[in-house]
This record gives sequence, structure tokens and C-alpha cells, in this order.
Amino acid sequence: MKKNYSRLEASGGFFEITLLVNGTKREFRVKNGEFLLDALRRYGYKSVKKGCDTGDCGSCTVIVDGKPSLACLIPAFSAHGSAVTTVEGLGTMRAPHPLQTAFVEAGAVQCGFCIPGMILSAKALLDEVPDPSEEEIRKYLDGNLCRCTGYVKQIQAVKAAAKKKRGGKEA
Amino acid sequence: MSADKFKVVNTRVLKMDALGLACGEPVFTDDKDFNGLLYGRLLWSPCAHARIKKIDVRAAEEAPGVKAVLTWREVPRVPHTTAGQGYPEPSPYDSFVLDNKVRFVGDRVAAVAAETPEAAEAALKLIKVEFEPLPAVFDPFEALKDGAPVIHDEKDAKNIPDAAHNIAAKFEFEVKNGEWFKDADFVVENTYRMPYLQHCAIEPHTVITYFDNFGRLVIRTSTQVPFHVRRIVAQALKIPVKKIRVVKPRIGGGFGSKQEVLLEDITAALSLRTGKPVKIEYTRRETFVSSRTRHPAAVRLKTGVKKDGTITDAEMDIVLNTGAYGSHALTVMMCSGSHTIPMYKVRNNIKFLGRSVYTNLPVAGAYRGYGATQGFFAWESQMDIMAGKIGMDPVEFRKRNYIKLGEGSPVFKAMGEGREGVEQVITSIGLYEGIEKGLEAIDWYAKKEKYRDQKGPVRRGLGMACLMQGSGIPEVDMASATIKMNEDGSFNLLTGAADLGTGSDTILAQIAAEVLGVTAGDFVVRSADTDLTPFDVGAYASSTTFISGNAVKKTAEKVREMIIAVAAGILDREKESLRLEAGKVIARDGASCSLSEVANTSLYYSDQHQIIASASHYAHTSPPPFAAHFADIEVDTETGKIKILDYVACVDCGTAINPEMAEGQNDGAVLNGIGHTLSEEMEFSANGTPLNAGFRRYKIFSTADTPPMRTILIPTYEPNGPFGAKSVSEIGINGPLPAVANALYNAVGVRLTDSPFTPDKVLAALKNKE
Repeated sequence: MKKNYSRLEASGGFFEITLLVNGTKREFRVKNGEFLLDALRRYGYKSVKKGCDTGDCGSCTVIVDGKPSLACLIPAFSAHGSAVTTVEGLGTMRAPHPLQTAFVEAGAVQCGFCIPGMILSAKALLDEVPDPSEEEIRKYLDGNLCRCTGYVKQIQAVKAAAKKKRGGKEA
Repeated sequence: MSADKFKVVNTRVLKMDALGLACGEPVFTDDKDFNGLLYGRLLWSPCAHARIKKIDVRAAEEAPGVKAVLTWREVPRVPHTTAGQGYPEPSPYDSFVLDNKVRFVGDRVAAVAAETPEAAEAALKLIKVEFEPLPAVFDPFEALKDGAPVIHDEKDAKNIPDAAHNIAAKFEFEVKNGEWFKDADFVVENTYRMPYLQHCAIEPHTVITYFDNFGRLVIRTSTQVPFHVRRIVAQALKIPVKKIRVVKPRIGGGFGSKQEVLLEDITAALSLRTGKPVKIEYTRRETFVSSRTRHPAAVRLKTGVKKDGTITDAEMDIVLNTGAYGSHALTVMMCSGSHTIPMYKVRNNIKFLGRSVYTNLPVAGAYRGYGATQGFFAWESQMDIMAGKIGMDPVEFRKRNYIKLGEGSPVFKAMGEGREGVEQVITSIGLYEGIEKGLEAIDWYAKKEKYRDQKGPVRRGLGMACLMQGSGIPEVDMASATIKMNEDGSFNLLTGAADLGTGSDTILAQIAAEVLGVTAGDFVVRSADTDLTPFDVGAYASSTTFISGNAVKKTAEKVREMIIAVAAGILDREKESLRLEAGKVIARDGASCSLSEVANTSLYYSDQHQIIASASHYAHTSPPPFAAHFADIEVDTETGKIKILDYVACVDCGTAINPEMAEGQNDGAVLNGIGHTLSEEMEFSANGTPLNAGFRRYKIFSTADTPPMRTILIPTYEPNGPFGAKSVSEIGINGPLPAVANALYNAVGVRLTDSPFTPDKVLAALKNKE
């Protein structure tokens, strides 16, 4: 559903935009000057975290039209017509995504604040490169800051999830 | 007793909140929506030191959407400390909710609450403030001088030892057994410096205050110290404790910065003024400037050593910069000595002189390591220098001198946290094994040989450091827990301990499960809600596993007795013949009943009562965890860049209740320490304005630049700990600075005593050497 909507018009400082969030089409009324991070949180997608609001920490990472993106840097109106995946859309506690399971099993979750963003970056990586080397993992997750873990177990988690995705075969 | 007998403790148990966090469940402070929420914002001082001559808020009050504007005139004036510590706090009472004086760029001036964040922001711009600038002082040594600007000249501050010289805290201690340095063959004296450092918890400080349907104030806050928050807010705003409930949701990291009342008082004041729910969340810039930092330090260490490797004398003189307020000023300063000096035997004389000094810079507070980080940078650098002087292998020199099992130190008794300490001897130590395993893991001796005659611009080197910390504050900290039993044989564990992402909810359940012969999953854990859980001082001083863990263990033991009493009736057996195992009560002859039968009997059938118990723990010792860290580095002598090739951290935390989580604690601490070593430093302009208050210019490590790191757990059994456990969360942060400093000297022969070791400093030192 790429941007084939009617021309976007602001009225009273608001834009009516349409997003495909986690597979569901939803109308958002966003403020002029509001960023996608705040809009998503306002509409209940609380997994998208605000750690810096300046594009430096990666906690607000979402997948926009297939690409990991920083929601705090995207003016909400400009996302009109985009498909957005948040970690709520990846899996749930009843049916978690293998990456979510891998992070839990590797002991990679401490405070957990950076984890949704990191898992989405990892998902984008594995969609692109099914058998990433450690160096590729480190490069790809570079934009997701964590102060708790030293990244040791998070990198193990991504490796484990990649292996599982390949059906348990070594890369 | 040894670890191999355990069924739940020291086994792999997944962190109980991890899946919810990985699935993005709305569990943090700001993840809950409130109807009619007002947005609070603070006006910060642009001046380093000034009096507020006039403050006109009329335009702000009249602006659309604005519901309240508070200045010093509208809030109670009660001197207090923002430090979340046991009562009475050892810190000076030098803080006010709002004041008519500002003491650093980023100090509070006024607060507003409005219907939208934009309206709140706009209202701040309408507040007209006339400042009377005062001379400012940024260097603690300048601040100590006669005639320096007096930062706390207010008459109503309490417990400031020498306000005229800006001394927020001081402590002196001496053991004298003879003439100073008489027996020393060499005397080494150096000053080691550390700058302003930030915690960088990824979740900024956030508070939401609202009223429940009894009109009580609820404070939902990202805090490490819910019970202290309740007490301090009651004190500062003059409201009864019974009118306040503090709720700690999941916390996005703290590292000490949330051991503090930072926003709770002012957010509550805005709620009290408006009767509405109010939220204040810090921006990232505000977390840098207006929360807390590590205390910048200058540690002068003078030590004497004999050729045979005996350390004869040690004189440690530390000046900490506490910034504009004295939060944690005394205790961090004392821990810089009390957690470090006992590490090695000093034969003759020991002297400690500590001062924490006010300056017109951001406020220092608790930070993982809590003074030991500053102290060990000095001590462990000095150990290598002394070993060099006497021509002894630095590893052998340490092995010879570190405190051994059964030994004590006069420092334990002399220096507590803010007062006299408690005498203790070492009851568990795995440092020898830690050193041996670390040497092997990093391949120390083979690499030493390999690095002997290096040529070319890139040189390699090895360095090590030994560390200790504490496990809670002895005879100060108290924790308690309640356990109650449900029909299906499950339990509710209510604990005041504040899990801030460390996993304490999980390890406390493991401890209780071990006692009751069930799994950690049989516990529903509620932690740190002042209405629902019993008291706990909070998550600091490496206390939770040791103090809260012991409280949970005692509570579970009481519950076990109650279960056995009921089961004895069901099975018609002697109590003494019964044990709890695999969710059952089993008699020696094999007769058994399930826990669910026990619960149902007590709740519905016979001698009806709730199986429930509470217990508290208060410790008389603080058994130190020990660690040995090893760094293998590469130095580019043309660029000055240090690259860590391998880092090994061996840690003796007694029994690791949850080994995977203990490793994770240590990994995180070590990487934080590596950041301190290579890149982290807050910078200020000449007038005290922070220059790099954000992740773009204050560099913390990310995945791409994180070096290979390994944590090796060294099992020991601490007799005073729950199932042999000691603390693990802080110790790891203290190692990288000295280990890398020692490796740098080993690689290129220059000694840096001023962190971080940035390329320009390395290059300057190399140039100096030539």
C-alpha cells in the first residue's frame, strides 16, 4: 500500500493519515510537527520507546516499508500510506516470534527498554541476510544502544535465532 | 554446603519478565495512559550561580492550556536531601523543591503543568526571570579556597560540615603503627583523575502522579528506591506518608541515577496544585544535565613498598566534586576508601582523607561502583607501578598482598557509609582461582613473551586489576518479604526489592523456590509497591541478592514450617520426618501429599488459616565479591588509539543464584567501565554549560565498537549469603580503567592517570616520553 492515497491536507494543524500498522489499516490524526514515534505511542503502540528523541539511541526503531527506521526522526504525516511494523506485530506473549524467544532464552533481556528496537533491527537483518556473521550482526545492530548487557547475550540471541531460522544448520 | 546440591538456585531459570519485555508489553512508567493527564515541564537555570531577584509568571499562567505554574513561592521550603538512602540520611540537607537561588546551569527555576506538551513548553518561555548573577566556581580545589563563592549560603541548610569552604562532606581516618614510610624501600605518589560521567540508562527518568479514589497521591515512577521516595516526598511537601503510594513499574535501567528523588517531588507538587494527573519525563539532554552523574574525582595515593613485596604505608586523599548539591557526597567519598583500601594488606600506616566539594556544576550522585570506581583506578594503577619499582611480577605482587580468607582490615570498622563501619573478616574468596582462570583465558604468559620485543607503530600490551565491592550496607540496610500460599500450591511473593532490570524478581523467586521445593515459576512476584509490599531500602549498594535474598529465604523458611505443620496432620506423621520436594511434602517413609492439598486443607477444611509469613533481614556483615580483570590491548602509536583485543573478567559472587543473569550483570558493568576508560566524559564550557549532553557527543559503546569480552564466574560459598550468594552488579565496572591503564603502560611505557584515555592523551603522553 504505497502512498496511493489522496493528497494529504492539513486542517486545524492536523493531518489525517493512513498507516498499515502490523497488518491493520488505521487512520491516525497527527499533529503538524508530530513525529511518528509520538503518534505511534499516542495510538497505543507503547513498545516504541523514546530514549533520546534525537535519532541516537535506536529505542524507537520500527520497520517502515521493510526498512528499519527511527520513528523519532520521521515526521508522522510523511509516513502516510506506509506499512509500519512494531514489535507488538512481530509476536505476542502467546505466540512469540523466534527472535523474541531467542532473546529471552539467551538471557539478553535485562531492563528491556532497548529490546523492542533491537529485535526489529535484528529482524530486518535476518530478512536481508539469513546467516549473518558476528561482524555483520554487530554492524547492523550498531544503532541500538543498550547500557545493561554489554551486548554479549544479545549477539548470541541473534545468532541463535538465525540458526533456528535456517532449520538448525550452522552457517 | 556446595552449589551442586541445589535444585533451583544456581540453575538456568529464564528471567520472568523477559518475554513480556521482548513482546513490547506496556510495562514502563510512561506506557500507561491517564485521562486528563497534564504535561509538566521544568524551567532550568541558564546561570551557573545566581539569585532569582524577580520571577513573573502571570503571562505563563494566563497562556492557553496552562493549569499551574510553580515557583519557590508556591512550594513548601523544607531542607532535605534528594539522595534515596536510609533514614536519617548521611547526606546534607541542602536541597529544596524550588529555591530563590540557582546553583548550576540546569538547576530548577520553576515548573508548569499544561494540557499539552506544546502548551507547557510555550508557557516556560513566558516566565520572566530576573537573575542576579553571582561569581561561580567550577573546580573543587578552587571552591575549597578562602574567599571562593559560597554555594550553600542559605541559613536553613543542615549537616553541611563547612559551607564557607564548600565542603559538603569530609572524613578522616588514620591507623598509625610507626613512623610514616620508614620501612619503605620505594614511595610512590600519584594523583588519579576522573571526569563527570553519565549513567545513560536508556529509559529517561519519568514520573506520573495522580490521585486514587481515596484522594491519596499515587506516584508512578522509574525509581530504584520506592520507599525512600515515599518518605522524602512526604517530608519535602509536608504531606503524611499514609497519603502517598509509590508504584515502581518495570524500570529501564538505573545504575544509581534512579536512587534519587529527581522528579517525584515537583510532579507531585503540580498534581497537588491542580488535582490532576501530571507527567514529567526528562528529555535525554535533561538526564545528562539535571539528573545525577558520577562524582569527578582527584585521588592522591601515596604508598610505600619494600623490595620483598610488602606494602608498608598507604595514604589516600580524595577530593570529589559533588556539584551543586551534596546528594551521596559523604557516602560515595567514604566508599572510595572503604571498598578499596582493605583489598591489600598494608603493614604499618594507613591514612584516608576525603572531601566532597560543592561546585556550580551538575549534581553527582550514586553511580554503579559508588566511589570504588574512582578508588580502584588509583589503587590498581599504583599496584602495577609499585610492582615495577621492586621488579616483581604484578600478578605475584597482588597474589602476595590481597586480603585472604579469615582476614580483616581496620578499615571495615573505621569506615562505613556515612558513619563508623562494622568489623568483619573475609568469609569467602575466590580471587586466587579468579586470577588463575583469567591468566589462562587471556593466555597471559605466552602473550607476555610474544609482546616482549615489539617493533613498528602498533604495539600490544597486557594489564590486569583485582577488585572487591560490598554486599549491602551492614547494620544499615533492611529488607523484608511476604509469602502467601494459594489453593493450587502456588505462592505470591511480595517484596519491597526494586527490580530495575537486574532480574531481582526472578532470583528472589528462585531463592524462595529452593526453600519450598518448588520451581521459580510457582511464584507470582509483586515487587516495590509501597501499598502492597513490605519495606525494602531499595536497589543500591549491591544489596538486593544478599539482603533482600536473605529476607526472602527467611520468609520461605517460615512458610515451610507452616506447610509442614499442616501436612503433619494430613499425613499423620511427625513434623521432623517431613521434607518439601517437587511440589510435595514427603515423609521419610515415602508417604506424601501435594502442596495443593496442604493449601486446600488450610484454607477450607481443618484449622482454617492462610499460610502466610513475613520476615526481615538486616545484616551485620557485607561480604565482598572479588574479581580479577584482564585486558589485552593494541595501541597505535601514530594515532594514539587504543583498541581492546580481548577482555576477561573473572568474578567471585559466591553462589550465582542465576548464573546467566549474573554473567549479564557483569558483562554490562564491564562495558560501562570500558566506556569510562576510552570515551566517556561530560564536557562544559567556561561558564559551566554542558557541551555534550546527548548520545551523539557523549560516546557510549555500541555493538560495532564493543570488544570481545568474557565473564567467568568463580563459584565460592558465602556462609552469610542466601545459599552462598554475594553481590555481583557493581564490581565489574571498576576494572577496565586500571586494567587498560596497566596494559597501556605494558604496551608503550606511558602511564595515564587522567581518564578517559583518548587518542590525544595517549599521543601527548607518548610525545612527553620521547
